[in-house]
Amino acid sequence: MPSRTMIEAIRSAMDVSMERDDKVVVFGEDVGFFGGVFRCTEGLQKKYGASRCFDAPISESGIVGAAVGMAAYGLRPVAEIQFADYMYPGYDQIVSEAARLRFRTAGDFTAPMVVRMPCGGGIFGGQTHSQSPEALFTHVSGLKTVIPSNPYDAKGLLISAIEDDDPVIFLEPKRLYNGPFDGHHDRPVVPWSKHDLSEVPDGHYTVPIGKAVVRREGSAVTVLAYGTMVHVAEAAANDTGIDAEIIDLRTLMPLDIDTIVRSVEKTGRCVVVHEATRTSGFGAELAAEVQERCFYHLEKPVQRVTGWDTPYPHVHEWEYFPGPKRVGEALIEATAKD
Amino acid sequence: MTEFAPLSLHVPTRPSPQDNATIDTSRLSPAGAVRRPAVDVDPTEIHDLAYKLVRVLDENGEAQGEWAAALEPDVLRKGLRDMMKTRAYDQRMMRLQRQGLTSFYMQCTGEEAVACAFQSVLEKGDMNFPTYRQQGLLIAQDWPVVDMVNQILSNSADRIKGRQLPVMYSAKEAGFFSISGNLGTQYIQAVGWAMASAIRNDTRVAAAWIGDGSTAESDFHAALVFASVYRPPVILNVVNNQWAISSPQSIAGGERTTFAARAHGYNIPSLRVDGNDYLAVKAVSEWAVERARRNLGPTLIEWVTYRVAPHSTSDDPSKYRAKDASAAWPLGDPITRLKTHLIARGEWSEERSVQLEAELDQEIAAAAQEARGFGTLHDGPKQSPATMFEDVYKDMPRHLREQRQKLGY
Repeated sequence: MPSRTMIEAIRSAMDVSMERDDKVVVFGEDVGFFGGVFRCTEGLQKKYGASRCFDAPISESGIVGAAVGMAAYGLRPVAEIQFADYMYPGYDQIVSEAARLRFRTAGDFTAPMVVRMPCGGGIFGGQTHSQSPEALFTHVSGLKTVIPSNPYDAKGLLISAIEDDDPVIFLEPKRLYNGPFDGHHDRPVVPWSKHDLSEVPDGHYTVPIGKAVVRREGSAVTVLAYGTMVHVAEAAANDTGIDAEIIDLRTLMPLDIDTIVRSVEKTGRCVVVHEATRTSGFGAELAAEVQERCFYHLEKPVQRVTGWDTPYPHVHEWEYFPGPKRVGEALIEATAKD
Repeated sequence: MTEFAPLSLHVPTRPSPQDNATIDTSRLSPAGAVRRPAVDVDPTEIHDLAYKLVRVLDENGEAQGEWAAALEPDVLRKGLRDMMKTRAYDQRMMRLQRQGLTSFYMQCTGEEAVACAFQSVLEKGDMNFPTYRQQGLLIAQDWPVVDMVNQILSNSADRIKGRQLPVMYSAKEAGFFSISGNLGTQYIQAVGWAMASAIRNDTRVAAAWIGDGSTAESDFHAALVFASVYRPPVILNVVNNQWAISSPQSIAGGERTTFAARAHGYNIPSLRVDGNDYLAVKAVSEWAVERARRNLGPTLIEWVTYRVAPHSTSDDPSKYRAKDASAAWPLGDPITRLKTHLIARGEWSEERSVQLEAELDQEIAAAAQEARGFGTLHDGPKQSPATMFEDVYKDMPRHLREQRQKLGY
């Protein structure tokens, strides 16, 4: 099986989907001729023509709004927002329109569309190339929110998202595009080819939306993570020697509660990790769910390791980014004997 | 520094509640004065038309000029009936709201010609992306009134299960896209729908609708950019009824310019049309739809009309404009004008009008009565609260099943 980077896996997902279903169209800023600023759509316009893969004006509300109209017509648009940080002008269309179309028409009109957006930090992206706005989507009824952590999942989840009849926000941690990143920024980056999960089949396969996966089995503490933080959590477990069970949520909405509960009931301890800012972040929802459903199994309060409640800084990248050291400290604290 | 006088902010003046003289009634061309370009006209050749007004019916009800088509009397009688039915419907729904049978209603009084005539040129499969003031699109295609009233009453037969505020209809079969409370959003969606039709090499066209006030929303701009770039089969309708709740169209940027002129920067051909002239609306709609269907691209049309009624049942226009403001409106009433035309042609009479009005009132009253049998907002049968959790997603996820159970279902 070929080894693929996350970029290649995402591109392959669109290629496979466009090949199978001529209702799939791909568009966004620089997505057509140029193949995307991250190369995720490279070659698609050449292969499928400009009416299937095309460049869009710099207008996020235009891109998302047009996608809603296309989806209402019966196409399956895959729209790209160049950076998650720039989705805000399209937010009205996402929240007020795409998310609610099925509900407000009792299924008369639907929005089977995907909005792809590169997200996350760890790349010296500063304020507007690093944000993790997932909580702004998980809070919205009617949206599904997906975030892969490796090439295999990225392709399978994106194909699932394109085939899904509900609008899916597909967040792509750009820090993981070329290789896994565990937060040890002082070490050389390992390419995906050295990682098992870069084995990506050529053809069609899916990874189900709404299913988490246990990435590392353990008994001491449950770590709930997604995106880049899955790799950081693994590094933290290795660095501290703590036998952490690491769950890669993969889908934030709808959430795979069973996998979470099963693990926390086993370990009795839980650490939630995300890059996004802390207050009202998705971690708050995870902590609340664990508290409600696993209260009598908990030996310690649920901990959260997150970005600080500040805009994403440039020079202080590594003081902001919740790296293996901070996650490791939380693991130690969560597993400390009283 | 001293060479400059202090700056001052320009806030457009508004028609005073005592005096309507400040309503901008300039740029009203006489009937028949504006030429009818070929459908494949170069947009730059008709820039002047954005500052004129396409009108067919003159003050005597005679059809004038190049836009006057030889229309069968039956077609026009149907148009008259559609408009009168729309007005009768509005009046009845107002009454239901005042009786407390529903929470809210919005009339389109004075604007009936725009939606009714436009709908008459569409084909099955075309899609309107309306605002909340185009109920004529449904009525002109003889969509069952009971179905519309069910929505107004949020009752057990409401096809959208009582989920939306009254007047926010949705009827895919009728080519009537779901209305959203968020203004302007549907304008770019219409462009996207039309792009899809072009991508699929279809022959269906889309119609976008927006009011004067909402042209200030950023989605109006996005729609024009996308329509300009991809040239999809879309008709971009701007219904300039002079008012956005209490704000005159000057606050939306209409002072000393027109909304039709907005299209020029996008190289989209545009026309400015008498929205109270059924014949003009029909002729121009036909022109724009033909352009779209012949793959000649989008057209923007500013329909110049007047919002005679309050903005909604929650609005009191006497607080911001004269009580008889609409009487001063120079384009008159669309129903009266078409009636006058038909009478002038010997194809109609006052008596028949009076009779039709009574007939339509009866028809609407009967439909309203039938709809009441399915319940009203506060009384009678309604959808089970369990349905509230449906259609959020195609399949109900676990958290919604849990929440539904928590509610007791």
